Amino acid sequence: MNTTLLVFRRELAAYFSTPIAAVFLVVFLAGVAGMTFFVANFFDRGQADLSAFFLWHPWLFLVLMPAIGMRLWAEERRSGTIELIMTLPVSPWSLVVGKWLAAWVFAGLALVLTMPLWVTVNYLGSPDNGVILMSYVGSWLLAGAYLAIATCMSALTKNQILAFIGAVVVNFLFVMAGFDLVLAAVRPWAPNVIIEAIASLSFIGHFQRIAEGVLEIPALIFFISLIFFALWLNVRILEVRKAA
Amino acid sequence: MALVETRALVKRFGAFTAVDGISFAVNRGEVVGFLGPNGAGKSTTMKLIAGFLEPTSGSAAIGGHDSQTDAIAARRQLGYLPEGAPLYPDMTVSDFLEFVAAMRGMTGAKARDRLAELVERIELAEVWDRRIEALSKGFKRRVGIAQALVHDPDVLILDEPTDGLDPNQKHEVRELIHSIAANKAIIISTHILEEVEAVCTRAIIIARGKMLSDSTPEELMSRTAATDAQGKPRSGSVRLEEVFRDITHPKKLETAGA
Ligand SMILES: Nc1ncnc2c1ncn2[C@@H]1O[C@H](COP(=O)(O)OP(=O)(O)OP(=O)(O)O)[C@@H](O)[C@H]1O
Ligand SMILES: [Mg+2]
Repeated sequence: MNTTLLVFRRELAAYFSTPIAAVFLVVFLAGVAGMTFFVANFFDRGQADLSAFFLWHPWLFLVLMPAIGMRLWAEERRSGTIELIMTLPVSPWSLVVGKWLAAWVFAGLALVLTMPLWVTVNYLGSPDNGVILMSYVGSWLLAGAYLAIATCMSALTKNQILAFIGAVVVNFLFVMAGFDLVLAAVRPWAPNVIIEAIASLSFIGHFQRIAEGVLEIPALIFFISLIFFALWLNVRILEVRKAA
Repeated sequence: MALVETRALVKRFGAFTAVDGISFAVNRGEVVGFLGPNGAGKSTTMKLIAGFLEPTSGSAAIGGHDSQTDAIAARRQLGYLPEGAPLYPDMTVSDFLEFVAAMRGMTGAKARDRLAELVERIELAEVWDRRIEALSKGFKRRVGIAQALVHDPDVLILDEPTDGLDPNQKHEVRELIHSIAANKAIIISTHILEEVEAVCTRAIIIARGKMLSDSTPEELMSRTAATDAQGKPRSGSVRLEEVFRDITHPKKLETAGA
């Protein structure tokens, strides 16, 4: 079997080998339900759609994805197994991609578990299922981007808590990039290109464009290239730390 | 061609020099014992050869393949037991060894036969389906050794392979090393000098990152008296220990400028 898939399989099994997976899924579902029903008043809106549900994903994932990703490398550094895996005759790319993929599939599983909500809105009314499907795709890509950044942070330290904090901070910067608050702070002194560049990094902006249901190719490309870039950075971090 | 070769290997961590210009070559059939006080740089040297760390200067090669620039080819020929025998605690012994075999490209019957052979030789049958975190220290070390042998490599680097083993197992591991030594190049590090006498064809003494001595255990022993004050013969390991203490004595190191 391909070494990337072997790493993927081992890492995915690792998620389920402890109660952490169950705890995580419960927290995630409770968080989603809480946000959707109590904060966004899902039932009072009188609309058969899931926008109230997807609205909260960037914020919920901001904390939950670093929690999934923080262990990927930090744990190996702490226990020393990084020495085993990094001296196997495989490219660091298979390790990096395999690990990230396991976390991403795990996040995907959490999303799949929210699908009863989808069934419910179909029971209550007639939502635009195309929009909902695209929203799920967008949400999963968003999770992938958060996770790619979290794996990167995890490769920097043997301390999972530090990896978690680092990932939340960097992810938060990407979320905030689209907000007027941030843009207003840069606007007085930065040229337009820079302001646009910063705004174009916004996770929320891209996520919302996908979640509106139009097949937003640029937004898809944005997430995919960001994931690719973060994984590349992860490989570089592993190489640089060898020389440290 | 030497199976393992290091050339003027240097590794600095910040301002601290952990490995300071180590050069040696190990040929097929040799079992080299790395000796030296705690913090001498033994593990660091092994990590450099395995390619886990990048040298500050100098180079290391396995089977003629540079550990850094031709890492994958070098690692194919290497079985490595890192210090402390790190393993994935959440996996069972069988899952773990099958994972390592598969990562090394061994599949199907080939992997099964090889693993069955190792289970027998390293006596892992009774823990085969147990989770690694539930194993005793000695069994963990044995799994670590099995992991390094999965692909029957030409080069073995074992960092303190018998640490934590009971006397029977220590003996077994030495027998194992002995029995495979003829067609491999093996480097082990140890603090047990009788081990050097028992399995090593060569002993390299390192202190403060420098190589202080490279000779056969017999040559080392001959540097000290074969009998004690009462005229009774002294055992090889007692003599080795005396030579070791003499060579690596801190005062002596100061004057030698090491
Ligand atoms: N990553 C690191 N960063 C900083 N210093 C390090 C690092 N790794 C090792 N050292 C230092 O390098 C020196 C050599 O360490 P090494 O582990 O190679 O010793 P050793 O000979 O294996 O000792 P022992 O017999 O205790 O296992 C030690 O002083 C250690 O503190
Ligand atoms: Mg050591």
